[in-house]
Amino acid sequence: MELTSPRFKANVRDALRKPNLKIAMGRLISTMGPRRLAARAGLPEFERLCDQARDIKNHTLANLDFYLEAYETKLRATGGTLHWCRTPAEARAAILDLCRRADAKTVTKGKSMIAEEIGLNEFLDANGIEPVETDLGEYIIQIAGEAPSHIIAPAVHKTKEEIADLFFAKHQRYGLPKRSEPKDLVDDARKILRPRYIAADVGITGANFLIAETGSSVIVTNEGNGDLTQSLPKMHIVVASLEKLVPTLEDVTTVLRVLARSATGQEFSTYTTFSTGPRRADDLDGPAAYHVILLDNGRSRLLGTEFQDMLRCIRCGACMNNCPVYAAIGGHAYGSTYVGPMGAVLTPSLVGLADSYHLPNASSFCGRCEEVCPMRIPLPKMMRAYREQSFAAKLGPAPERWALAAWAFAAKRPRLYRLASEAAARLLGNHGARRGAFRRLPLAGGWTGGRDLPAPEGRTFHSLWRERQCSLARERQRPGAA
Amino acid sequence: MSADARDAILAEVRKSLACRRRANDSADPSGDDPAARLEGHARNLIPDRTAGGKATNVALFVTMIEGVSGTVERVADAGEVPKAVAGYLARHNLPPRLAIAPDPRLAALPWAAQPLLDLRQGAARESDQVAVTGTFAAIAETGTLMMASFADRPNTLNFLPDNHVVVVAVKDVVGTYEDAWDRLRAAGGLPRTTTFITGPSRTSDIELVPTLGAHGPRRLHVILVDDAG
Repeated sequence: MELTSPRFKANVRDALRKPNLKIAMGRLISTMGPRRLAARAGLPEFERLCDQARDIKNHTLANLDFYLEAYETKLRATGGTLHWCRTPAEARAAILDLCRRADAKTVTKGKSMIAEEIGLNEFLDANGIEPVETDLGEYIIQIAGEAPSHIIAPAVHKTKEEIADLFFAKHQRYGLPKRSEPKDLVDDARKILRPRYIAADVGITGANFLIAETGSSVIVTNEGNGDLTQSLPKMHIVVASLEKLVPTLEDVTTVLRVLARSATGQEFSTYTTFSTGPRRADDLDGPAAYHVILLDNGRSRLLGTEFQDMLRCIRCGACMNNCPVYAAIGGHAYGSTYVGPMGAVLTPSLVGLADSYHLPNASSFCGRCEEVCPMRIPLPKMMRAYREQSFAAKLGPAPERWALAAWAFAAKRPRLYRLASEAAARLLGNHGARRGAFRRLPLAGGWTGGRDLPAPEGRTFHSLWRERQCSLARERQRPGAA
Repeated sequence: MSADARDAILAEVRKSLACRRRANDSADPSGDDPAARLEGHARNLIPDRTAGGKATNVALFVTMIEGVSGTVERVADAGEVPKAVAGYLARHNLPPRLAIAPDPRLAALPWAAQPLLDLRQGAARESDQVAVTGTFAAIAETGTLMMASFADRPNTLNFLPDNHVVVVAVKDVVGTYEDAWDRLRAAGGLPRTTTFITGPSRTSDIELVPTLGAHGPRRLHVILVDDAG
């Protein structure tokens, strides 16, 4: 996809003007938060499992070279082929080569964020191979010509009325009538995609995990589309990235226990499928060839840095389901493959800060993302680190940087800071005392454009704190006090 | 290309990890030896809910699978399975044709007692409406069926037909996924496809409304056989 993160502010203005987006995102927040909480409440060991899942990934990353080689050895022993790819271009070329070897006209695709990251659909299209998305959400956005707005619910920004109109426009040629209920819309997509699975020459899926012990790749789905995608064609191609490695079946099981609960609030997703090599000699079905595209795209450089923790991410989406900023602007405003709090950290890590410095600023630092993250990723801390880097690299608009520099100058000089803040509090307090709030304030248009700014009561935090400390001290000196 | 890329990626990984290893800060509090970890298959924390023994686990399996819109029917012995299958077809007004896994345990059932049933063994075809399969293990923890695609258990039967009838022997009900992994390792390791199935196919991609029958089976029906089967 085209990266529009540099236009983030304009994207946000557009997003806030879309009434349907507001409805759809409101539904996401009010539905997914409670679903996750209910699932968490149903498993008393949940938080301890999260700690273990974090430790498993930390252990894997600390020994990633060992586990990558162990995985490769096992994968080869089962008859699969591993394709190491440094860049999206290398990954696309490897996939195209495989598709051509299979003489592919159409490929079916299960949901894969790595395929989005490397822009696979446009590339296959441009090379005369038709990619058919089979996950319902991905199918919706593919026929709408859009990018996913959520890593696990790609079409969550659309209302059912919008989807009904879209389906009617695109499905008339199959003789299908106008629908309105989700059940009927799901049914139509099922009818249309059935023959596509059977006709496809190659099936491409992502991978939630790669297992070093067995050389398997794992997909976690609810629809069963990923399974039809990999079972019916002659060739199964998996697109995955380095950090999907986990050591053993026991380890992946622990992470699976927290994945679905965090993502959709299910106890377990409907289908969790482990694919190990191509079909065996006496199997009655399954793909004759099994290839894994292993993408780096900058991840190896994150190891050992303060952003290594991001490589623990299992793409559950809990951070975006619980983010007030994401809820207001939706995924498309981020202008990147990965969105929400995890995208605000991963995008600069993958594409560089120069094109994406707005994203780590798109946070109120309320801390919800870190609180709900099953892998305990310190997202606010990493966003703060990127803010520091973008300040040091002079990436933001100049007035913003001047203001920050002025504030930093004062903050490092306590007496100056106190004088300035006392003066400001008194001034604003006197002016706003009558109404108790400001409707407009110079330099604060971003705030007062949408709401009033409460007027300070005329005193600073410092002076209130001093007063409180004094009265506490007097309290303690009183005879009889404990 | 791939060989160059392989060396370059591994070199970059090692370079990045070397800084931390030198600083004696591997960010790995476990300090486990990775080779030993791969061999050891050590279990991590196991939730308590399956600690109650066989009978409680069978009951838990039924509750959990019903909680995700699966249906369960209990029969006293394997001989009753064909009749139960015929009853399922009649209840849902389905034609008496079955795609059945070429599993000797299923073949040994008294199908002749249901002369109207038309059985075809093999992988699934597009026209199949009902699949009948066994299961490698049934996991009580979340009401999950572990399907292993050995030669006599083609994987397409689990996904292509609209109706999936699964015959589960009580002796194959285990507590946790880890118990099922141990069984699978003992049976020779992972087949091409190992699928955990927890309920019929579903999606929430339209307005987050849970809707059944997205691409896989619309219905999942378990016939739980009490005897050893």
